[in-house]
Amino acid sequence: MGQELMQTRLHDWHVRAGARMVEFAGWEMPVQYPTGPIEEHKRVRSAAGLFDIDHMAQFRIGGPDALAFLQRVQTWDASRTDVYQAHYGLLCYDDGGIVDDVFLYHLPDHWIMAVNAANRDKDRKWLEAHVGALDVTFQDISDETYLVALQGPKAQAILQRVTDVDLEALPFHGVAEGTVAGVPAVIGATGYTGEYGYELFFSADEALHVWEALLEAGEPDGLIPCGLAARDTLRAEACMPLYGHEIHSEIDPISAGLKFAVWFGKGDFIGRDALLKVYLEGPEYRLVAFEMVDRGVPRHGYEVLADGMSVGEVTTGLFSPTTGRYVGMAYVPATYAAVGTDISIVIRDRPRAARIVRKPFYVPAYRRG
Amino acid sequence: MKYEFDPTVRYAKTHEWARVEGDEAVVGISDYAQDALSDVVYVELPEVGSTVQQGEQCAVVESVKAAEDVYAPVSGEVIAVNEALDETPELVNEDPYGKAWFFRVKLSDPGELDNLMDVDEYREYVESEAE
Repeated sequence: MGQELMQTRLHDWHVRAGARMVEFAGWEMPVQYPTGPIEEHKRVRSAAGLFDIDHMAQFRIGGPDALAFLQRVQTWDASRTDVYQAHYGLLCYDDGGIVDDVFLYHLPDHWIMAVNAANRDKDRKWLEAHVGALDVTFQDISDETYLVALQGPKAQAILQRVTDVDLEALPFHGVAEGTVAGVPAVIGATGYTGEYGYELFFSADEALHVWEALLEAGEPDGLIPCGLAARDTLRAEACMPLYGHEIHSEIDPISAGLKFAVWFGKGDFIGRDALLKVYLEGPEYRLVAFEMVDRGVPRHGYEVLADGMSVGEVTTGLFSPTTGRYVGMAYVPATYAAVGTDISIVIRDRPRAARIVRKPFYVPAYRRG
Repeated sequence: MKYEFDPTVRYAKTHEWARVEGDEAVVGISDYAQDALSDVVYVELPEVGSTVQQGEQCAVVESVKAAEDVYAPVSGEVIAVNEALDETPELVNEDPYGKAWFFRVKLSDPGELDNLMDVDEYREYVESEAE
């Protein structure tokens, strides 16, 4: 990997807006704006936030065998995802370890697979290596495709002002093709904040135009740009996994609590035997959510104790702005995974009391029913 | 310069301040330090009765993204800590020289104050660091 950081087309806009830029997965990205990560987080929960997530990569998968290819390389039953629907899935190794987590967007004659920035080259090589004899067109369209996320309870009203798509008719995880601020776009009712919202794919040449049009359309509703720090605390409150933390090559989707993205009934796929074994026998370790009883901020890598023994490690920890609590996720042996179990988190050499709680920490209004 | 500087305190190079009141001093972190940290979500203070040493780690302040050590600008016995920071750590961002004092010490060596910068020296120091 080169030393030079990549910049999105909005880099100069972020700098002018006073954003703090940090390295993330080889990209120079805004971690926060002068608003600050706590207010950015709260704004997404109460109104809406706009995220530059162009560091993420996208592959275009087409051809007569596109579905067969997807059925083989990822865990979800893509035949259940109709045209104009999106679904979450995982790429797994033969041993069940996770290559990456992906979102699939089904369009009339192709699919878009959105993947993590850090895994772009790894995923591309891994996917291309598994095309085999299948009649598939596989293109990395990351450079020419821009990606932004508009998230929050006001996202629908804001986006409706600048799109010709009837958003009322677009269900959660639905996909539509239309225009945004006059620019042809694919709109996915998807996101990574636990809030209702959209992810928008469009020509990278239009990045600034679309970004500014969205901010202007959302101004009356309090829309603000949000950085990666808020994105991380938002996804963590929703207990959505982050590659390199909750999921990686040593963790399988069943242990990670991602069974909803694995469909054994679809026939063979890479990693199926290993995953089925874990599923039937029950995982040895499970991803749990916990909240601190003693005060303290748990962080990635901190040790978890139970019954006086070291039993696991924190994958993500944070102050949760919505609940006002210090919370986190960790892998612990299945015997300690029950809700209500007392554990300790070692913070600066001192064990501090914590308790396993139900996932997620935050359920958005649109899902509370 | 966008930072606030308090002329009534003396500063350490690690961006803590000490405000001398008789034979005691109140300790906190500077406006520059809180701005660099961004949103503070947790402060861990020394225990009342413990002893802190100038230049040694005495507290921890955590922002959304990171935990940073706080070094004692002066030595002495901790005689009070600011318990308001337990429930409202954001005071560190809002009022770093006032409501967000960290703790109060009984000075064991007032001569140490010479090792700290006055406000003009600190302003210059921050300007040179910011470049």
